[in-house]
Amino acid sequence: MPFTAPIETYSGRIVEVKIGVEPNVVTLGGENTFPLYGFEGEVPNKPVIAMEVYDNNPVDWVDAVKAPFADVLGDPAAWAVKCVKEYGAEMICLQLASTDPNGDNKSGDEAAATVKKVLDAVAVPLMVYGTDNAEKDSEVLPKVAAAAEGRNIALGPATEDNYKTVAAAAMGFNHNVVALTPCDVNLAKQLNILLTQLGLPHERVIIDPSTGALGYGLDYTYTIIERLKLAALQQGDEMTKMPVVANLGVEVWKTKEAKTGDTAEWGDQVTRAVSWEIMTAVSLATAGANLLIMRHPQAVAGVKKALGAFFK
Amino acid sequence: MALTGLDIFKKLPKTNCGECGVPTCMAFAMKLASRQAEIDACPYVSDDVKAELSEASAPPVRKVTIGAGDYSFNIGEETVLFRHEKTFVNPAVFGVVIEDSADEATIVAKAKAAQGIEFERIEQKLRPHVVGVKAVSGSAEKFAEVVDKVVANTRLPLVLMAEDAAVLKGAVEKVKANRPLIYAADANNFSALAALAKEAGLPLAVKGATLEELADVSDKVTAAGVKDIVLAPPADGAAESLKDLVQIRRAALKQKFKPFGFPTITFTDGGDADMALATAGIQMMKYGGLIMLNELDPARIMPLVVLGQNIYTDPQKPMQMSQGIYPIGDPKEDSPVMITTNFSLTYFIVSGEIEASRVPTWLLVMDVEGLSVLTAWAAGKFVPEKIAQFIGKSEIAGKVKHQNLVIPGYVAQISGELEEEMQGWKITVGPREAGDLPHYLKSWSPN
Repeated sequence: MPFTAPIETYSGRIVEVKIGVEPNVVTLGGENTFPLYGFEGEVPNKPVIAMEVYDNNPVDWVDAVKAPFADVLGDPAAWAVKCVKEYGAEMICLQLASTDPNGDNKSGDEAAATVKKVLDAVAVPLMVYGTDNAEKDSEVLPKVAAAAEGRNIALGPATEDNYKTVAAAAMGFNHNVVALTPCDVNLAKQLNILLTQLGLPHERVIIDPSTGALGYGLDYTYTIIERLKLAALQQGDEMTKMPVVANLGVEVWKTKEAKTGDTAEWGDQVTRAVSWEIMTAVSLATAGANLLIMRHPQAVAGVKKALGAFFK
Repeated sequence: MALTGLDIFKKLPKTNCGECGVPTCMAFAMKLASRQAEIDACPYVSDDVKAELSEASAPPVRKVTIGAGDYSFNIGEETVLFRHEKTFVNPAVFGVVIEDSADEATIVAKAKAAQGIEFERIEQKLRPHVVGVKAVSGSAEKFAEVVDKVVANTRLPLVLMAEDAAVLKGAVEKVKANRPLIYAADANNFSALAALAKEAGLPLAVKGATLEELADVSDKVTAAGVKDIVLAPPADGAAESLKDLVQIRRAALKQKFKPFGFPTITFTDGGDADMALATAGIQMMKYGGLIMLNELDPARIMPLVVLGQNIYTDPQKPMQMSQGIYPIGDPKEDSPVMITTNFSLTYFIVSGEIEASRVPTWLLVMDVEGLSVLTAWAAGKFVPEKIAQFIGKSEIAGKVKHQNLVIPGYVAQISGELEEEMQGWKITVGPREAGDLPHYLKSWSPN
């Protein structure tokens, strides 16, 4: 039976964004199809996994995800080293939870000092993320940008309310900007327009479309990422062709399914929670995410292996 | 190619008799085009036109029903490649494979697990849908005996997996009333298996070593008179199976390639449990129909079925919770009372943050047709008069000894008017973002 394989080629291509400095650089994007569709296009860079490190001691975490980090919780530099040395992290995402004005409310200077310690401890590329409090992030992120000068980090979140400050800090010290918008393709495009109008080059922008964990809004994130990618690939939309980050670890470990202990109906907690994180990550990578921010080392290993099957 | 409403209209009598239940032929044509009506409803069109229209309006991927009665399900009928285009229709489902060479304890345990595992989530029951019994022994007696054991422990429909019609025959006789899927006809055995499937009126899976061969077998089995076909693409493994599934779906939709106009069955062999989970997940998202696993661990099944639920929801129609009082963390008569809307995502986020706060709370979920707080307010569905009515009927007053209601920060502007509507209640404005709830709740007091 004659069958012509329906291969599709797209005119657009995702922009390449490089984070870190040689020889420790990760490249996001660069594909001219969906990241897992290597059978019909070029996917020069596989999705990157960044392991989360927190700048505070996350006492509220469940034991299932505290255990792998038990000896380093509260020490971000040691935590980052453990992620790299023991769990093979190719990138770190430092979450500045301690700067939350509703929590410890640590200052920008303190955050910058932590960033410096982490940068001194590990050579892998770094993303630094604030607490999505526009005002506080405006104080914190410029100090972080200065402290990380010369390391070409990813800095965010830049939002509608503070993008000028964050972009200026990033441009001033040659970093990349993570642009966060609330679950909407057009808002994501709009923020990218504003950022590029400030003079930030396309290859300095990463889209954070807001992440819903599996069962908690994943369907929205999945479809938004697919639509961003289709717009970039099919229509060559300049404002959706930046790589996409899925900040999923924090969302997965908030869910009831990750936090509930072993039960007969739901099975073993660690397996369930790790599977929840694997499934969230794999599905967002299938939709097109280029950078996955993850928490549990077993989940990181599982996703690495699964995605590895697509890049032989 | 699907016909447009106008194409269909040209073939209708244009008498506007209304006997089809729709006032005009044009309106009826539009309904036909969007598959909301059947051509049989028109008493006046000729049989030729009927045949032409039902052919043209048949979905590009045929619906196949597996099982009979309570546990039957449909796969197929898909019309799009991306869920935002027009919703996926029949959720991909999964099952577990039991080999007839396994020991009795394993056979019984797997069959019982397939029957027993069920998760209820957003008013849907999520569970395994089939049990595959695979002939490894090569003996028809052994195969039939294991089928008996499986059937004794589960009511789910079966996938009878063998290549030899002689091995299948006895088992088919035993369980054909429950409409099993026969797996699978290939380039060698297709005549015998097609005859078996046709005689018993059962769906038949077809497989091939390549996509070309798969198309060939599908075509031959169709020619032999089998209508309900399920395609088993050649490749195992996450990457290869994704490639096959994408090409099969595209061929069906874009090329109208008839041999691939059927749902699929895929396997997740090779690799460890995490790999199998990831493979199953990718098949769930990208065009799988019936996904077969080797193990049923609830800790891994749960994320898989929730993924199916997420991917197969209608992106235009929000998932909704039912209206009512949701006690979180065993609240008492002095616990806070909060209200939000019944958009499932809003509910999940708000309830998740309340749980994280460890402050036991009464959460009132109000039916606003699944809109988020701000949208519901803007649409006039989450407004003081209606909220007061809902609270009045909700019996929350009997559960607490205070009269203090916390409303979402996004509707702070209604607090005054709501207080007037709800005589005796004090309205407090909570945070705008759910993420600020733990902080807020920890310092909440009824006064």
